[in-house]
Amino acid sequence: MTRTATTSTAGILARPDGIEGVVADWSSDQRAFKNVPWGKVMMWIFLLSDTFIFSSFLISYMTVRMTTTVPWPNSSEVFALTIFGQHIPLILIAIMTFVLISSSGTMAMAVNFGYRKDRRKTFVLLLLTAALGAMFVGMQAFEWTKLIVDEGIRPWGNPLGAAQFGSSFFMITGFHGTHVSIGVIFLIITAIKVYRGDLDRERPGFLTGRKGNYEIVEIMGLYWHFVDLVWVFIFAVFYLW
Amino acid sequence: MAHAQGQQHPIGIYLKIWGLLFVLSAASYMVDYLQFQGYLRWFLIILFMMLKAGLIVAVFMHMLWERLALVYAIVVPPLLLLVLLGIGALEADYTFFARGVFFGAM
Repeated sequence: MTRTATTSTAGILARPDGIEGVVADWSSDQRAFKNVPWGKVMMWIFLLSDTFIFSSFLISYMTVRMTTTVPWPNSSEVFALTIFGQHIPLILIAIMTFVLISSSGTMAMAVNFGYRKDRRKTFVLLLLTAALGAMFVGMQAFEWTKLIVDEGIRPWGNPLGAAQFGSSFFMITGFHGTHVSIGVIFLIITAIKVYRGDLDRERPGFLTGRKGNYEIVEIMGLYWHFVDLVWVFIFAVFYLW
Repeated sequence: MAHAQGQQHPIGIYLKIWGLLFVLSAASYMVDYLQFQGYLRWFLIILFMMLKAGLIVAVFMHMLWERLALVYAIVVPPLLLLVLLGIGALEADYTFFARGVFFGAM
């Protein structure tokens, strides 16, 4: 049968690239996403929905900021720190940005060493990523404490200017911080699985019962890079505007 | 099978992109540090933001090597958000104008 022949050789025959490839892949009676494990597609679709959530927050923030007639607090000054007697504007956020980007770098390397089945390096890099993520959350806790206790900023108002500053700030950075915290927890779980050799021995997961596979490191990586990606946008439109 | 090996690329490319992201972050911080204002500030902020986002998605998230069917499924829908952005900006302009009219010049 021609039909079965086409199915069984699908992995061997080269598929068309470019626009033709899109049409061919999306055509009926087959799975649309070739050579991508389902877990990865599902993570991408989750991240797509998360993109819409964060975009809604950021666009609402833009709207309330544009509508207010009260001056907006100067973020450059609000997030300044005095280090060794030097007053440096926005420095706390700059350090947080560098920490998160570093964690993204170690995550990318962890994925790479995972596919090389280098258990030790993957484990160390995953733990390093989790540590940098935890460091980021710690600095965020410091930032929130400073704003709430020292500056008297509340979601419903603040002494520096527009009340919308507090509500947008706590909503957006709070939601992002939650994502980072959840990421740290899952990084540690993934690291433990790598360390125990679950992925090499294809040990079933405790929740899903699916066989262990190094693909989960890449799926974890997608989530973590997304958290970094969201921070890029928050950094640009909330802190630099 | 095609998916047996997953995404496998030389380590060097990650290190290069990592370095580039550091440089771009430093550059966007300098926009604030040097107190650029007006359109120049906006242009630089958006430029660095888009470059960083592009690098993360393309290389760290491996979009560069995925089949176009997946890339389109993930990258095209967010473009709809530009509509929401436009509606938000229009509405905000109107609200700001109305507040000016009804509550007097601040």
